[in-house]
Amino acid sequence: MPETGHDHADSIDTPSVLSAAHFGALLQAIRNEGYTLVGPTVRDGAIIYDEIESTQDLPIGWTDEQEAGHYRLKRRDDFAYFGYVVGPQSWKKFLLPARRRLWSSVRREDGGFTIEPEPLPERRLAFIGVRACELAAIRTQDRVLMEGSFQDPYYRAARQGAFVVAVNCVSAAPTCFCASMNTGPKVSGGDLALTEVVSPERHYFLVSPQTARGQAVLQRVEHRAASDEEQDEALTHEARAVSQMRRKLDTEGLPELIAAAQGSAHWQRVAERCLACTNCTMVCPTCFCSTVEDTVDLSGQRAERHRKLDSCFNREFTYLHTGSVRESGAARYRQWLTHKLSTWHAQFDSSGCVGCGRCITWCPVGIDITEEAAALREAVDQS
Amino acid sequence: MRKKTLAVFKFASCDGCQLSLLDCEDELLALAGAIEIAHFPEASRAVMDGPYDLTLVEGSITTAHDAERIKHVRAQSRTLVTIGACATAGGIQALRNFADTAEYLSVVYARPDYIETLASSTSIASHVTVDFELRGCPIDKRQLLEVITSFLHGKRPSITDESLCADCKRADVVCVMVSKGMPCLGPATHTGCGVLCPRHDRACYGCFGPVTAANTGALAERLFQLGMRKDGVKRVFRSFNAGAPAFADESRKHE
Repeated sequence: MPETGHDHADSIDTPSVLSAAHFGALLQAIRNEGYTLVGPTVRDGAIIYDEIESTQDLPIGWTDEQEAGHYRLKRRDDFAYFGYVVGPQSWKKFLLPARRRLWSSVRREDGGFTIEPEPLPERRLAFIGVRACELAAIRTQDRVLMEGSFQDPYYRAARQGAFVVAVNCVSAAPTCFCASMNTGPKVSGGDLALTEVVSPERHYFLVSPQTARGQAVLQRVEHRAASDEEQDEALTHEARAVSQMRRKLDTEGLPELIAAAQGSAHWQRVAERCLACTNCTMVCPTCFCSTVEDTVDLSGQRAERHRKLDSCFNREFTYLHTGSVRESGAARYRQWLTHKLSTWHAQFDSSGCVGCGRCITWCPVGIDITEEAAALREAVDQS
Repeated sequence: MRKKTLAVFKFASCDGCQLSLLDCEDELLALAGAIEIAHFPEASRAVMDGPYDLTLVEGSITTAHDAERIKHVRAQSRTLVTIGACATAGGIQALRNFADTAEYLSVVYARPDYIETLASSTSIASHVTVDFELRGCPIDKRQLLEVITSFLHGKRPSITDESLCADCKRADVVCVMVSKGMPCLGPATHTGCGVLCPRHDRACYGCFGPVTAANTGALAERLFQLGMRKDGVKRVFRSFNAGAPAFADESRKHE
């Protein structure tokens, strides 16, 4: 059996080695299937997700330094393609865009109006570099937007069209806590699962196809079966992410505990620091709440309805005829944390948190969900 | 059906906000077609008497004369919308609220006895009932069009009372405070500018004033941690919206 070439008969569970030099060919093979590539790239001092053309657009040799309320782009001492953890954006940017037109209406001459529905997205996207926590987040949003009583056709179209290249984390940020949420750092799912190995001697990807179409794409790129040593090296890299993970969220009995903590004085203590600025919900890869906005042109001939991402931290989010239901900052923080860690379970059968740490990093004042959950646990235990 | 009428009145201000109306170049003809511009001295010498259906008021109240005049404007206006930081918060001239006006007069004017002024600069809403306040220094012309269009078609303007951060994130703008350590007023500031500064790698100056229930205290704490000194923190809250109660109160804590 040849070691390389297109006729190499991989089975789904045999990892292959793709040299870094052939990563561009993999991207091209995915493009040839009709996908638009979106992946990590450096912009404005961060690693964000956007359309990419080739390997050159990846954040080669860059990493992220993260702490509560702190993010800095840093140079690595190697040329890793995926040598960072997660940035401010998630794949929600493409699956559940911040703003989407739902329909337009045009006034007819007879005085009535015609509704023009918004077409479903046609572009098929390939997500390059999806982390384990992000795969978990996508599955969480699937349950909310495709499997519940409310079905979002736009989400479904974007989601079902997407090709997913998952990449294992080989390091963890101090803000990461996926291990305690059981969502990572090892990826399971996607179409292809990759582990990047960078050492002074070599730079390769250990590739495990997860689906038939992942397998089919890999077949079009030069690769070979991984040796035991190469597999071990990849495992050593993956283990580093686990050993580096510092933060954790104790999920033992957490939904009940948060429910029991509703009257805690601790919410007010958080509210004193919380800016209610919405950053945590906006960067959260599972937060999905939205509002609708109607616009009309000056002539009154054309109206549009848009959906835009909203946040439970906004007072207007619960605005009813007598005012906002959750007027105080404490009530709004409590709503967010309670939904995320407690009522989400009853509603969608899982936690709403995947442990990516974005809400910790991108909170301008560095409020830490793991610390707050621990403080609430302590408050309940003492009462 | 009679076209609805529009009036524009100016109080203590720089005129920048009302000029936003003329800045609506692409929409100006449609605007003139949809509403009768009845009183807009910056644009036309032809001035019609009130009452007016929609009145835009720019500027703050800084004289006893204006405090009376705004009551007449209100009486002539079916709907009154204030536009800009001067009209909604007293403007940059509200800096006098933190100082001795008589002393200013003696330093600035050769003949202070010619000047009749109040000791403070205050928003229009602190004198008369206002139907809608459009924020900004200057206002955003898209938002102005949204207000006028909504008025014409009887809908609520799609203008949200939320922090600038929400729109930064929707626009995929990377947070300058978290990624670069810039002291930014965004988390406490009302959105509406289209995230003008963060888009250009600058922190927010708070031109649109405080968002409702802004936690300025927690933000000030963070500004200190980012290296700003007491005087700096006082001053960031004391610019175009110095007179807005949330910013005024916070700035006083750092005197």
